[in-house]
Amino acid sequence: MNAIAGLPAKSFEVKPKLDESGTPIGELLEISMGPHHPSTHGVFRMDVVLDGETVVKLKPVFGYLHRNHEKIGENISYLASMPYTDRLDYFCSMTNNWAYALTVEKLAGLAVPERAEYIRVIMAELTRLQNHTCLIGFFVQDMGALGTPMMYAFREREKILDLFESVSGARMMCNYLRFGGVRVDVNDEWIAQAKQVVSAYSKFLDEFGAFLTENEIVLARTQFIGVMSSAQAVNASITGPMLRAAGVNYDLRKVDKYGIYSRFNFQVPVGEHGDIYDRYMVRVLEMRESIKILEQALRDIPAGPVMDRKSKLRGFRPKPGEVYGRVEGPKGELGFYLISDGSPNPYRYRVRPPSFINLTLLEDMCLGHRISDAVVILGSVDIVLGEVDR
Amino acid sequence: METLEQIKLRLEAALPSAKIEILANECAAGERSLLVDAASGFALAKFLRDDPQLKLDYCSNVTGVDWPDKELTEKIKVKQIVEGVEKEVEEVKKTLRPGCLEVVYHLYSMALKLGPVVLRMRTGNRADSTHLPSLTPLWRGAEFQEREVYDLYGVIFDGHPDLRRILMWDEFVGFPMRRDYVAPDDFEYEPTPHDEVLIEAKKHYPVEPKAEVKA
Amino acid sequence: MIGEQIIKGMAVTAKNFFGSYVSKERLTTVQYPEEHLAQKENTRQFPFLVYDGDDWETGLRCVACQICEKECPPKCIYIVKSKDKKPDYKGQPQIYPVTFDIDISVCMSCQICVEVCPFESIKMDTKFELSTADRFGGLLLTRDKLAKPNTYYQAIHPQDAAESDAVIAGEKAKAEAKAKAAAEAKVKADAEVKAKAAAAAAVAPMPVPAPPTPPPAPQ
Repeated sequence: MNAIAGLPAKSFEVKPKLDESGTPIGELLEISMGPHHPSTHGVFRMDVVLDGETVVKLKPVFGYLHRNHEKIGENISYLASMPYTDRLDYFCSMTNNWAYALTVEKLAGLAVPERAEYIRVIMAELTRLQNHTCLIGFFVQDMGALGTPMMYAFREREKILDLFESVSGARMMCNYLRFGGVRVDVNDEWIAQAKQVVSAYSKFLDEFGAFLTENEIVLARTQFIGVMSSAQAVNASITGPMLRAAGVNYDLRKVDKYGIYSRFNFQVPVGEHGDIYDRYMVRVLEMRESIKILEQALRDIPAGPVMDRKSKLRGFRPKPGEVYGRVEGPKGELGFYLISDGSPNPYRYRVRPPSFINLTLLEDMCLGHRISDAVVILGSVDIVLGEVDR
Repeated sequence: METLEQIKLRLEAALPSAKIEILANECAAGERSLLVDAASGFALAKFLRDDPQLKLDYCSNVTGVDWPDKELTEKIKVKQIVEGVEKEVEEVKKTLRPGCLEVVYHLYSMALKLGPVVLRMRTGNRADSTHLPSLTPLWRGAEFQEREVYDLYGVIFDGHPDLRRILMWDEFVGFPMRRDYVAPDDFEYEPTPHDEVLIEAKKHYPVEPKAEVKA
Repeated sequence: MIGEQIIKGMAVTAKNFFGSYVSKERLTTVQYPEEHLAQKENTRQFPFLVYDGDDWETGLRCVACQICEKECPPKCIYIVKSKDKKPDYKGQPQIYPVTFDIDISVCMSCQICVEVCPFESIKMDTKFELSTADRFGGLLLTRDKLAKPNTYYQAIHPQDAAESDAVIAGEKAKAEAKAKAAAEAKVKADAEVKAKAAAAAAVAPMPVPAPPTPPPAPQ
């Protein structure tokens, strides 16, 4: 079945120990690493078949957090869907908002003023910073560091969430972007505070890196484990840091150049081996690039309005048509596909979730490794169940 | 990237029996799509993936859309004899446009940084002829997304390696994202019902009347 | 030496641990619920209704236009309009809501109701410790629980309240100016009519009709 794509077959040959008569000794163990589990990043289940400690088969099961966001989107207006997009990937509400706002602006032909574009970039990069920090915290917790480095990561993340709260009113469910701009403007005090947080962040990353980057335990547990080749990754529609760790240089900020990303000077880190360690390092380097973008954006932000004058809050009826808009979220390509039929509610509202699709290769990566590696591999995929299940 | 018309010409040259149509998109910023028939969908998609000019190796998004049956009314002028005089009378003609389920694929190229090329396939109807070819053997990334379209819309993909429900539980009956889906009302109700929710709730458990507290 | 990096990592942990005794930045734990973090000015939790003055029933700004009910994404607001009218802050008679319920177990604090309200009457509160043991109705805030005075709004969100007050004052001034202009125009119109009548009476006195000459007496 996979011979057409040239991918390895999804099974693992078990070589059991045989006794004198030739029958295998013992049997395979099937475990459900069930939805209630501290290491599965949400209500996520893996049905694992083990030969001793080696994974022979793995089937991911999800849908425990399915809220049918797409159907809700068909029954409420475009603006009312904005708070629901916060709750998709609940760590990254600003980029979710941006993906949706970008798609609706494409559909309705709204223009975004320059200051609002700068604010959007600042918010998106802050989101990327706090998402990757959080992820590294979870990553070492999955490996057994029992929460201390995670708490340091959360301590720094709180500084960014404080910034979000002082401008939009909520730490995580910001509901900040609107079609044609942002909801409220940021004042100079906020910009000064943001500059302070960003400059303190590089120091924190140095300290955190000392923990992890060359730590022998991390190296032993992550190098050459969970390997994914670039051909496999491209064929399986993997996007985001997972794809770049496998060696494919595809970052939507450079390919689509949405917003004003073409004005900023930053690089895209690309890995080589496609293993867990590469994914971790790609994320650390992405954080450093985000700090560079933030410094440039906070320095160059112009004055001006933050909302397109043509956009309306109530009675918003885009003309019929369909459009697909996508942004580079911290987890991968987050896309929205909207079909409008001229009414105030969308006809079809579809979310292209990066975490859901990045799980396609979970089984292939885990086969042959131990069950403790399966946990770390899942951590490196960086899933958030709100997005997987919608 | 070449235009959709050029792609269509090359596809028709490669597969003469295919029926391809370019669907217009009234939204200026949106992309126009190629509507292909189900029989030749797989071969056309393979051509698009392997073509050296396009190299569409990345299937970004697989969406299901439900188009229910629609009754179209139009007024036509008919010549009729009324009271001995031939006159033109307006008659209302009702036609039933049959519904279908549609699957939309957004294809990009990571190698050449192009895209998107939007591919659509429609089923025969919404009841019994809901089979479409699966493009999972070409793009592994469509695996979970086609499972989701099967789960929520009921489109059966022929050639999918593991077609079963993904978001709903396995014994679930019904296809939730269809436009005519009615959710069962035996869930636990919200604790503060009013209007039609209150009427539904009364069927399941009695509600004490709320006394308005005046400060 | 093997394990060197692990020891470096432990040094980082030690720095954080001992540093937490010395610097405030390393010790970020707040002993909730005995201690509370200071809330930011812009924090939003659940909505409340603003009223001017002392009496919440007469001073309620809400005119039951039901825009917030329509725009609310999870539809947690329930409004019943009144049959009679009461004067609003501009002095004009307006309908008011007889029932205004917000189900805060459904509300997701998205602030869309605040954005679309044209009358500055629904704003976001900052209280979040609202848990209750009453499962049915305990989380349904009725009109009396939702109504809070304008002074409370100014205390929790000083900047937003100042803007809101400016808008209200502007509307009031506009309404007063309009009323004054209407009154002046009316006075002017009355005066004009009177003046016209007086002028007409003064300039051309009504000719006193000559008494009809009696017909010559028949002889």
